[in-house]
Amino acid sequence: MRDVFVTTAEEVLSDPRTTVVLADISAAAFAPAAARYPGRVVNVGIREQLMVGVAGGLALTGQRPIVHSYAPFLVERAYEQIKLDLDHQGVGAVLVSVGASYDRAAAGRTHLAPADVALIDTLRDWTVYVPGHPDEVPGLLRDAVCGAGSAYLRLSTQTNARAYPGSGDLRVLRDAGPGAPLLVAVGPVLDAALAAVADRPVTVAWTHRPRPFDAAGLRALAGTEVILVEPYLAGTSARVVGAALADRPHRLLALGVGRSDLRRYGTPEDHDRWHGLDAAGLRRSVDAFLTPARAAA
Amino acid sequence: MTTTTATDPAVLEALLDRVRAGREFGANVHSTLDVLQVLYDRVLRITPASVDDPDRDRFLLSKGHAVAGYYALLAAKGFIPVTWLDGQGGPESRLGDHPDRTLVPGVEIGSGSLGHGLGLGVGTALGLRAQGRTDPRVYVLLGDAELDEGSNHEAIAYAGATELGNLTAIVLDNRSASHGWPGGAASRFTVNGWTAATVDGRDHTALHLALTGHDHHRPHVVVAVVTDGE
Repeated sequence: MRDVFVTTAEEVLSDPRTTVVLADISAAAFAPAAARYPGRVVNVGIREQLMVGVAGGLALTGQRPIVHSYAPFLVERAYEQIKLDLDHQGVGAVLVSVGASYDRAAAGRTHLAPADVALIDTLRDWTVYVPGHPDEVPGLLRDAVCGAGSAYLRLSTQTNARAYPGSGDLRVLRDAGPGAPLLVAVGPVLDAALAAVADRPVTVAWTHRPRPFDAAGLRALAGTEVILVEPYLAGTSARVVGAALADRPHRLLALGVGRSDLRRYGTPEDHDRWHGLDAAGLRRSVDAFLTPARAAA
Repeated sequence: MTTTTATDPAVLEALLDRVRAGREFGANVHSTLDVLQVLYDRVLRITPASVDDPDRDRFLLSKGHAVAGYYALLAAKGFIPVTWLDGQGGPESRLGDHPDRTLVPGVEIGSGSLGHGLGLGVGTALGLRAQGRTDPRVYVLLGDAELDEGSNHEAIAYAGATELGNLTAIVLDNRSASHGWPGGAASRFTVNGWTAATVDGRDHTALHLALTGHDHHRPHVVVAVVTDGE
């Protein structure tokens, strides 16, 4: 996804309104673009606060900044700059991260950022894109850059087998019929979710745009049981699902990355297993969630 | 576009009294008034008619807590109605204890948290440069204690390394940094390639010379020292 992002960003730079702002991460990959568009690929060095502040200043002059770094440095280290230098100034930018959740699990806690979307979600009116496949990235980046507000594009090394381009409204990929429990998967967890409920009567819907969340689509699809599977902090979208279904009796199971610092290295696949986000773990959680409901009925 | 009319000190003081409304202001407000007057009287190419002109000079008040004199000056220059000064900070007022750019004409940034103005100023200078706008300058007013924030050091190092010649920082040095800046604040900038001038923050002629003493090739800092009890 990172390679596709760099290629697409270089194409987007043909619009003189755009500027890419970097803090050394991916700077080598952007070197050709920097040579082609001097002054509009800005590498501030390892200075993440300045990176976001610069984006705010660029936007104040009418430029459209694309700000890129590793997720924990881009979103967590510079959170106050995101809040003040962008939102409070009333200007927007496109933030593009790599290293989602535990893509670099062997690097340890410092390089993990499962809370990025939850942090962005403390702000108003951001669009959040979580592509599940590299082929989804170009369209999403262009949509984000063409918009006027702020957007967060979360790139990962984890992908689904196939791409599902589209605007980001909930898309039904498996229909178990009226009243069936609804599983909503976000971004690259789709394949594991589909495998988990392959022989269960569960409808599976998917999105790569959790913000703004497709509340109307959810209301159209949801019965009593809703299962949310997200590749970042568990429960991040529970708030919007709860608000969308506030007038209906429903049960919600929110699955995602746990809150504890596991202090374990390994691979992203190991962390999928430890957080119950592999197919077997998801199946266990879904079965446990649906079984008491059946017994009660 | 340059405003050359000197602000009448008596008028400014009367306007400040309206903002004050019986409250006491600290050194952070009084020590800033002279710099603001020199900037708006003699340096900045901006008027109420040009607040949206892309080629205007930009003035970014980073030390947003020193806003009372700023509001008084904006009223004196006609950027905001004088009546806005009454009830400052109240429920119906557009003028907070820190300024909000979306509420106050002529205000370039919403500020308050220290350490944000210089980064925004660097980005503004880069944006102007990318658009081929070589005339406008970006001025950022900071306090000496504000320099304690590491975000400013990121901006100082980067602006110096990239020779951001359209940027001027003004450090109002009223010796308020908890641990001080031995050797003076200017050395923190010059070590990174900035040009610098350190002057008496009350001396309008010296301030004017310092604020216009940049070489257009490197970022420039003016340290305005205020030591007379404020």
